[in-house]
Amino acid sequence: MTKVSMTVNGKAVSGEVEGRTLLAEFLRNNLHLTGTHIGCDTSQCGACTVHVNGKMVKSCAILAQEADGAEVATIEGMANDDGSLGVIQAAFQEHHGLQCGFCTPGMVMAAADLLAKNTNPSEADIRSHLDGNICRCTGYHNIVKSIQAAASALS
Amino acid sequence: MYDFEFKKPGSIKAAVAMLESEDAQALGGGQTLIPTMKQRLASPAVLVSLAGIAKMQGVNVANGVMTIGGATTHADVAANAQAIPALVALAGHIGDPAVRNRGTIGGSLANNDPSADYPAAALALNATIVTDRRKIAADDFFDGMFGTALENGEIITAVRFPLPKAANYQKFLQPASRFALTGVFVADTKDGMRVAVTGASEEGVYRWTEAESALNDTPEASALDGLSVSPDGMIEDLHGTAAYRANLVGVLTKRAVTAL
Repeated sequence: MTKVSMTVNGKAVSGEVEGRTLLAEFLRNNLHLTGTHIGCDTSQCGACTVHVNGKMVKSCAILAQEADGAEVATIEGMANDDGSLGVIQAAFQEHHGLQCGFCTPGMVMAAADLLAKNTNPSEADIRSHLDGNICRCTGYHNIVKSIQAAASALS
Repeated sequence: MYDFEFKKPGSIKAAVAMLESEDAQALGGGQTLIPTMKQRLASPAVLVSLAGIAKMQGVNVANGVMTIGGATTHADVAANAQAIPALVALAGHIGDPAVRNRGTIGGSLANNDPSADYPAAALALNATIVTDRRKIAADDFFDGMFGTALENGEIITAVRFPLPKAANYQKFLQPASRFALTGVFVADTKDGMRVAVTGASEEGVYRWTEAESALNDTPEASALDGLSVSPDGMIEDLHGTAAYRANLVGVLTKRAVTAL
């Protein structure tokens, strides 16, 4: 076991991990941040998307030790300090951007990654940014609408 | 995934020393290797991450050559390789945004997946693969599906691309895997036209030399009209037959030449 330390949602954390421990497993099992979902575990579905040093990654395809020392952001950090929904989360609720909700943490983190770089994305920008995030319920239309609404609300 | 010891050296020299043991494996961005290890198709005892080696990061252009560090991610190439716009477009369409933030050019070339994008770029642009111990011309680097000239423990530290007069990459996307169902990279170089094909042959990436000769005579898509590509030895799977891929080679080459 090796000790890893990182900042998760602004808070310094550390824990003992194996070489093979994935970042997704460290977040869920060590830190009990179970909002990060493991969907496919083959790095295709994007439900496990988090940000590492400001960039979206699939946390099932990065080792916990690769993220040692990094700044990590997860879905738990997207809510406001008072516990109310953040702007992107609220837009997903308002525009029915989820049905079963399993993919939603990854969708919200992908949306946050896009909106951090592009405050006025086109529909094509949004859809191409979601290339690696799979939703089996919504058909994506309301997810795109939610992200467009979040972009307007943030600008 | 079987357990292993994780190491993250800060220098090329230290990484090479750690990779001397036979059951050690270099780790680029892990976007292929980690899923492969989960399937237990690979089970190294030691995994040596190359992400902490500052010298292997970044894109630089000098004296007509673009040098990309072996550990540079696809996203960083897409953001910084403007001197070769075809490479920006190629890197910007590998996998998906999250994969592009992790996967590296060195990892892609070392893996030599028969449907990967970078091998076509390296071959068509007449790149030089720089390792910790030597320089290898792209023509001598790729050695059949998943095979390369790399020795055990040898690391791709950089890739040098001579700037072409013009270049274009046409990728026929396999939308589930996001690899190329077939892809063709055409480059007008100082040594003439070079055409590299990925995703088609069972031997992996290759140069379509007949097309190169025709284009050197007449640098227009119409020069390819009389050429045909044999389906013999082409990949055949549920996404496309050998004949379909052979046809795509011709179609995509014409599109790339037209877009030059």
